[in-house]
Amino acid sequence: MNALVATFRRELAMLWAGGGALTPLGYFFGATMLVPLAMGPDRALLETAGPPLVWIAAALSVLAMLERLFQADLEDGSLDQMLLSPAPLEGLVLAKGAALWVAIGLPLALAGAPVAIALQAPVERIPLIVASLALGTAAFVSVGLIGAALTASVKRGGVLLALIVLPLFAPPIIFGASVASGEDVSAAFAILGGCALGGLALGPIAAAAALRLQAE
Amino acid sequence: MNARGPFQDKQSIRVEALSLSRGQRILFENLSFAAASGDYVEVLGSNGSGKTSLLRAMAGLLRPSGGEIAIEGADEPSLALHYVAHANGLKRETSVREHLHYWAGLFGGSPSEDFVAQMLDLARVMALPVRVLSQGQARRLALARLVVAPRPIWLLDEPGAALDDAGKAVLNELIAAHRANGGIVVAAVHEPLGPSPSQTIRVSR
Repeated sequence: MNALVATFRRELAMLWAGGGALTPLGYFFGATMLVPLAMGPDRALLETAGPPLVWIAAALSVLAMLERLFQADLEDGSLDQMLLSPAPLEGLVLAKGAALWVAIGLPLALAGAPVAIALQAPVERIPLIVASLALGTAAFVSVGLIGAALTASVKRGGVLLALIVLPLFAPPIIFGASVASGEDVSAAFAILGGCALGGLALGPIAAAAALRLQAE
Repeated sequence: MNARGPFQDKQSIRVEALSLSRGQRILFENLSFAAASGDYVEVLGSNGSGKTSLLRAMAGLLRPSGGEIAIEGADEPSLALHYVAHANGLKRETSVREHLHYWAGLFGGSPSEDFVAQMLDLARVMALPVRVLSQGQARRLALARLVVAPRPIWLLDEPGAALDDAGKAVLNELIAAHRANGGIVVAAVHEPLGPSPSQTIRVSR
C-alpha cells in the first residue's frame, strides 16, 4: 500500500512540477475556443456542434499526455525499479494513472464548464457535463495506460499511440457527447460509468503485462 | 566465510546451465555458478559479452533461453534483491530527498536521510533536483537504494562507474559491511573494484 501511495505522490509532484494541467488545459481551451471563431456565432449550430467538440478536445488533451507516461520510466531505469518493488506492477501502474487523472482529468472536467457555456450549452446542464467529463477522462486515462505501455519503447510513438488508443476512446466519446447534448442522459451516464470501470479494471493489468515485455 | 547478521547466512543464489540470448544472438550458454552468504562475485567479460544481461536475468527482468536461476533461503522472494543498473533510475526534476522517500515507500524501508547524507556525502545536495547533480553524485544516489531498503542480494552493474576515489572507497565499505551481515554481492565490472572476490565469473561464448 505504501508503494502505491509513494508512487501516486511522486507522480503527482512530477506532473505538477512539469507544468501541471497547464499544457492540456491550454490545448483544451485553445481548441474549443477556435470553434465559434471558425463556425461563426450561429447559436443553433453551436448548440449541436458544441458538446461533441468538447469531448473530442478532452480526448485529445489526455492523449497528448500519454506518450511520455511510461517512456521516461523505461529510459531512465525507473521501470526496472518498479518491477523489483514488492508491490505488484499493476498497482503501481494504477497509481500512476490515478495521479494523471487527478492532475489532468479533473482540471479538464472542471474546465468543461466554461467551455460548454461558451459553446451555448444550457446552464442547467453544466453540472452534468462536468460530472460526465470526470468519468470520461477516467476512462480515457485507464485505457490510455495500455497504449502508453505498448508504445513505451517506440521513439516518437505518438502516432502509433493515437492509432491504438483512439478507437478505444470511441465509446466514452459517443456516450459522453450524448450526455452533453442532453439525450438519454441516465442511460448514457450508466454506459459512461461502465466504460470508466471497465477501463479501470483492465487497463492496469494489460499495461503491466506490456511493460514487463518492454523491460526485457 | 562465517557470516552473521540480519541475513543470517542462509541466503544463496544458484545459476545452473544458464543460456541467454538477445534478439537472435546467443550471448553465452551453459553458465553455472553459485553464491552463498558473505560471497562477493565479480563478473568479468568484454563489452557486449552479456554481463548486464546476466544481472538482468538474475534480477528476473530477462527471461533466460535455457537453464535456471534459483534464489534460496529468502523468506519473501520479492524482497530478495536489489539491482543497480547502468541507468540510475532517477528523475531529473525530483530532489535527492524525495527520491529517498519514494524508494522507502516503493521497496518498504526507511529513507535513512542522515545516513545517506553522511555516508554517501550527499548532505549538501539533499534538497536539490537530480538535474543539477554530477554524474558521480547521481551514481551515489542510485547506490543509496541499497541502504534505504535492506535486501540480502545485491546485483550491481558497473557500480563504480563515474565514482571518484572517495566514492569507490564508500562503495567498498558498503560491500564489506553487506558481506559481514551475511549478504551476497554480484557485481559486473570492467576492472576489479578492490575487495578480493570470493569467485570470478568470466562471461563469454
